[in-house]
Amino acid sequence: MAVTDSGSLSISEPAVATLWPALLAALGMLISYTATAVVLPDDRTDLLYHYYDGGGVTVRGPAMLVRKSAGDNVSVSGRYYVDTVSSASIDVVTTASPYKDKREEFGVGVDYLHGNSLMQASVTSSKENDYLADTLSLNVSHDLFGGLTSLNLGFSQGQDVVQRVDTSFESDINRYSFSLGVSQVLSKSLLLGVGYEGIAEEGYLSNPYRSARILGASLPEQYPGTRDSQAVSVRAVKGFSSDQRPILSSVRAEYRYFRDNWGIRSNTLGVALQRYFGNRVLGEARYRYYQQSAATFYSDNFTSEMTYMARDKELSTFHSHSLGAKVTWYFLDRKYLFLDRMSLNFSHDYVNFDYQDFTDVRTGEPYSFGANVLQLYISAWY
Amino acid sequence: MIWTRFVPILLCAVTLLAGCAGVKSYEREMLADPIMSFSRDPLSDQYLEHVYEVREGARGATTTQGGGCGCN
Repeated sequence: MAVTDSGSLSISEPAVATLWPALLAALGMLISYTATAVVLPDDRTDLLYHYYDGGGVTVRGPAMLVRKSAGDNVSVSGRYYVDTVSSASIDVVTTASPYKDKREEFGVGVDYLHGNSLMQASVTSSKENDYLADTLSLNVSHDLFGGLTSLNLGFSQGQDVVQRVDTSFESDINRYSFSLGVSQVLSKSLLLGVGYEGIAEEGYLSNPYRSARILGASLPEQYPGTRDSQAVSVRAVKGFSSDQRPILSSVRAEYRYFRDNWGIRSNTLGVALQRYFGNRVLGEARYRYYQQSAATFYSDNFTSEMTYMARDKELSTFHSHSLGAKVTWYFLDRKYLFLDRMSLNFSHDYVNFDYQDFTDVRTGEPYSFGANVLQLYISAWY
Repeated sequence: MIWTRFVPILLCAVTLLAGCAGVKSYEREMLADPIMSFSRDPLSDQYLEHVYEVREGARGATTTQGGGCGCN
């Protein structure tokens, strides 16, 4: 998949030819089954406060998600999210001055249920003092095989405007994303999901503030004007029952492989254990491992000037470990006025990043840092 | 390409698995529980994915969907 000169998304002919037999087989199976109806998402509201502190960066702010059905076939949602950033990251302290910034994101969406299909459309708009982003997303989910299989197709188009404060610099990014997902009920306590997402970007993909190093001297970074990436993921959830209750705990495991035409390859592995403690408390423990190789045009310190040069630690070779816990307390578990249920949630994740080829120029040692990620939120179902 | 290899395998596997999975409607009580969901709290999961996405080179194929984030 690639962005053509005209900006449209193209899929190669061999790919389509290879897909045909599998598509026909899937359609053949589809005809022989009777599907049950999918359902609209729950009516719920979440009010969240988030806090991130790590590597000299603090990000905090509120977030809200409201979803309400309108009749039997339509559900609408609204989302608001704020990042208040105070940054003295290693990039900033070694090349510039600490700064503060605020990012606001608004989103609205509508879900329409038609037979066994759920169609979703949403728009998201994000604004900060030097970056604007608008995204349109379309998604279709379809239940097959008596509701045991759910197919999901998604497309989104994003348009970003990159600016630099105190200058007239302005440039664009166009982003196209295509996703395909399938979730499959394998038994009464086992669910499997597989997914694919291809993303194509074109435009100004560098950071206008960051510099590359050449023999210790600084020069503005220069990235390619396009980036195509592909990611596949596999995830599963297994439930466990007890004598007292039909489901007591579950284990979720997921793996993602990622590659792009910048030369980055990554593996992500995650596991989570969830367990009820009585009727009102739900605990979760989770672990995530992430590893990636560097982009081909990344160097900690170039020995000569190249066409493309980056010294962004997100494009370097590194790995991270994340360990987290979440507690959910259902303080309202029966109908009260218009409410069905309410919960109070707190989560804490600790992430440790270790960079193999990104040097802390203050010490000359490979850079690493730990970050705390906290969330406190209240959820209400109605 | 990963696209040409993965998707046909995916579709064939799903059609085969769908034929094997004989779970009746009344046997799906466990599956309806929030802890059997890939993402039981969408807003919280979107936030956590955002935290990772802005600090990693990889993106996509997660359980959540987000907008442009000024990640570069």
